[in-house]
Amino acid sequence: MITLNINQKNYEVDIDPDMPLLWVLRDVIGLVGTKYGCGVAQCGACVVHLNGEAVRSCVTKVKRADGQKVVTIEGLGLTNDHPLQKAWLEADVPQCGYCQSGQLMSAAVLLRENPNPTDQDIDDAMAGNICRCGTYLRIREAIHMAAEILRKGS
Amino acid sequence: MKRQSENKTFHLQRLKTIGLLVIICSAIGIFSSAFENKMDFTGIKNTGTINKDSIESVQAFMQVYKVLMSPRCMNCHPAGDVPLQGDDSHIHSMLPKRGKDGRGVYALKCANCHQPENLPGLHKPPGNPNWHLPPADMKMVFQGKSPAQLAKQIIDPAQNGNKSKAKLLEHAYDALVLAGWNMGQGRTAPPMSHEEFVKVWTTWIKKGAYAPK
Repeated sequence: MITLNINQKNYEVDIDPDMPLLWVLRDVIGLVGTKYGCGVAQCGACVVHLNGEAVRSCVTKVKRADGQKVVTIEGLGLTNDHPLQKAWLEADVPQCGYCQSGQLMSAAVLLRENPNPTDQDIDDAMAGNICRCGTYLRIREAIHMAAEILRKGS
Repeated sequence: MKRQSENKTFHLQRLKTIGLLVIICSAIGIFSSAFENKMDFTGIKNTGTINKDSIESVQAFMQVYKVLMSPRCMNCHPAGDVPLQGDDSHIHSMLPKRGKDGRGVYALKCANCHQPENLPGLHKPPGNPNWHLPPADMKMVFQGKSPAQLAKQIIDPAQNGNKSKAKLLEHAYDALVLAGWNMGQGRTAPPMSHEEFVKVWTTWIKKGAYAPK
């Protein structure tokens, strides 16, 4: 039995401990906001937070998350009011949207560790999240915007 | 009387010769220890060194060098701040930065992709619980180093993480060093077994840790 705290709720799941966390989130728990992209930790579509770090859930075995805290896109802002979510809407970032939950989860770690990032900091944090629609410039703009929202404390 | 005087002179000469020999031997000893210290660029007292032999030591290091410059070792000892990847040691995709502690930055920390263990299948990130690069203040670069440069760097506590020769000998069994031989699917192993590596590593250090010219 694996115990998980996902988005502040506790779950007990009877599954193979080697199952990737992404499979558990989507197919067992039913949280489908996190996407399957490449399956080999190359694209960033499946990023979730494990104890606050932006892990790639497609290669993270669920046993690594046993007894730990997981946050998915559904739990980033419980009322969808995280500064990044606000900024994403404001800048109209997504095109197809498939990679965006991974982008947001990575950006959230960046802002937690660096509330006032430069363009270079954004590149250093986000270079592992691929967007086939090429929304990178809007992603950068939205991260700056979210940082400003955070600074203003709203 | 004459015979007694001859005997005395003979004894005096013998004492003088012995004295001279003692002085010469001491001088040779002092000179050679100074010479050894000069050759041993580490400045470390050679505790545990047996039968220093620069030729054997350098020959062993040339074998060590082949392993250290293989992708399994060099890829995490890059000249820049981004690790290398693959058998061709290309720059790591997604350009993860070293960070202060060598464990990456922000959303691109090593352990975000590199799990505590290898994963089955090609192109999956290799794993280790302690996966990281050398830290920013002790980069321990292998890439681009000549055998002479690398040998001097490894033996210098100011450049090797303050490791003594004894610690260096132990380092051959470090979990991340061993990970080089547990490379996961699709990656070429270092050019010799870990057992052979330990043998040449130990020989290099115990024979004096000489750097090739």
